[in-house]
Amino acid sequence: MRREIPIAICFLVGISFILEYFIPHEDVLSIFETIRQWAIIVIAFAYVLGIANLVRINSHVIQRKGRDWPYKIILVVSLFFMITVGIIFDIFGIRLGGIGEGTIFGWVYFHAQYPLQATMFSLLAFFIASAAFRAFRIRTFQASLLAVTAILVMIGRVPVGESLWADFPDFIEWIMNVPQLAGKRAIMIGAALGAISTALKVLTGLERTYLGGE
Amino acid sequence: MRKILEKLESLDRRIIFIFIGLSIAIPLLFPVYTDFSVTAPVEGFYDAIEELSPGSKVLVSCDYDPGSMPELFPMNVAVFHHLFSRGHKIIVMQLWATGTLLAERAMNEVLQEFPDKRYGEDYVNLGFKEGREVVMVSMGTSIPKTFPTDAQGTKLEEIPLMQGVTNFDDITILMNISGGLPGTKEWVLQVQSRYGVKLGSGCTAVSAPEFYPYVQSGQLVGLLGGMKGAAEYEKLVQRPGTAQRGMDAQSVSHIVVFLFILIGNIAYFSVKGKKKRLKVSR
Repeated sequence: MRREIPIAICFLVGISFILEYFIPHEDVLSIFETIRQWAIIVIAFAYVLGIANLVRINSHVIQRKGRDWPYKIILVVSLFFMITVGIIFDIFGIRLGGIGEGTIFGWVYFHAQYPLQATMFSLLAFFIASAAFRAFRIRTFQASLLAVTAILVMIGRVPVGESLWADFPDFIEWIMNVPQLAGKRAIMIGAALGAISTALKVLTGLERTYLGGE
Repeated sequence: MRKILEKLESLDRRIIFIFIGLSIAIPLLFPVYTDFSVTAPVEGFYDAIEELSPGSKVLVSCDYDPGSMPELFPMNVAVFHHLFSRGHKIIVMQLWATGTLLAERAMNEVLQEFPDKRYGEDYVNLGFKEGREVVMVSMGTSIPKTFPTDAQGTKLEEIPLMQGVTNFDDITILMNISGGLPGTKEWVLQVQSRYGVKLGSGCTAVSAPEFYPYVQSGQLVGLLGGMKGAAEYEKLVQRPGTAQRGMDAQSVSHIVVFLFILIGNIAYFSVKGKKKRLKVSR
């Protein structure tokens, strides 16, 4: 029964939410709206679970002085610092508490997280250029098609492309609206059919990997 | 010459990094502001707001983080500016925790140009809600139940702007600034297709091709793709910003990448030809 009950719950709830889409009656909608509010609360509690798990795992590494243990201390201290200034300070009305601009939380966000996260993302520009240099080699017909299209879109999507040829942007829009769109739509339809198939397998209990323990 | 080409074939990537760094930094510091035209998806986004009757309630979902800020923050600011300049009311929300302070900063930047706008009457920030698609669908039934209070803890029934706003039927149009998941695709799948609300999107350049089918089918009224889309939109609303400033850097860096691809292929074919000749001679 340990496996049958969760599968039965999954089936009943899943089928109900599918049927809800096709039954726009107010009383039916209000039942499922209540269930959705429960889901939002459960998802919010997942943050509590996530924090507890993070503290547990990193505490073990710190205790054993495992790999990168000083960084784990910084991680845990930063976590509780932000919770303290963002939530606890706000609850007790302490000055500069809360999460808006002008608070300690906001200051740390704009002076630590924002530059760090933007920098990490900015590194992509360099790695993409390096990867493009090595990967865009015209070895086959398909590779040449990819390279030529990529170069055309790269140049056509920036102002310098329009300076070279006034109709370049329109040509690129044609590439995006016709061949690119056709391929993308085909992939989306295929992916959607695959998702429907997987969902039906999960709902009917044929796919049980989400239960774990096998 | 051949030795040079052989060396180029296995060029140290640090040299590529230096060129990319310079090609971005120099134009950013000394912009030329090359002119450019506006594309149809951006025009669609702009026209959708222009066609709204004054005082329309517009929901703007700011779902991005500092990583995508260079592309999406200028769009966010331009959207707020456009809506306020046409006398519309803005309801801001976030489905990304990292988007809360960015949306607030964008609003504060625009409010400097519109000091007469009042919180609660002209704009409101509902804040961040975790739940992704569950939140989206839940708003379709009841926005006050999904967001009982705004970001500052004020009950929605006490906010004048939110009077009479029950669900998406009371929202004229929904604008989504999307950095990934949850984002535009989820808004199309869960909200636009189900509730029929008008939806416009601003997204990163890497995501934009994925949303062209939605523009063509009419599920999206318009699309701002990446920094170029933001720059085009800034041009339309006549508010030059960081996106337009970044266009020269983008132009030069794209040219540099193209030249590296060209050099790589020339070197590759040259080395390949030499290897073939050596093989034949043996």
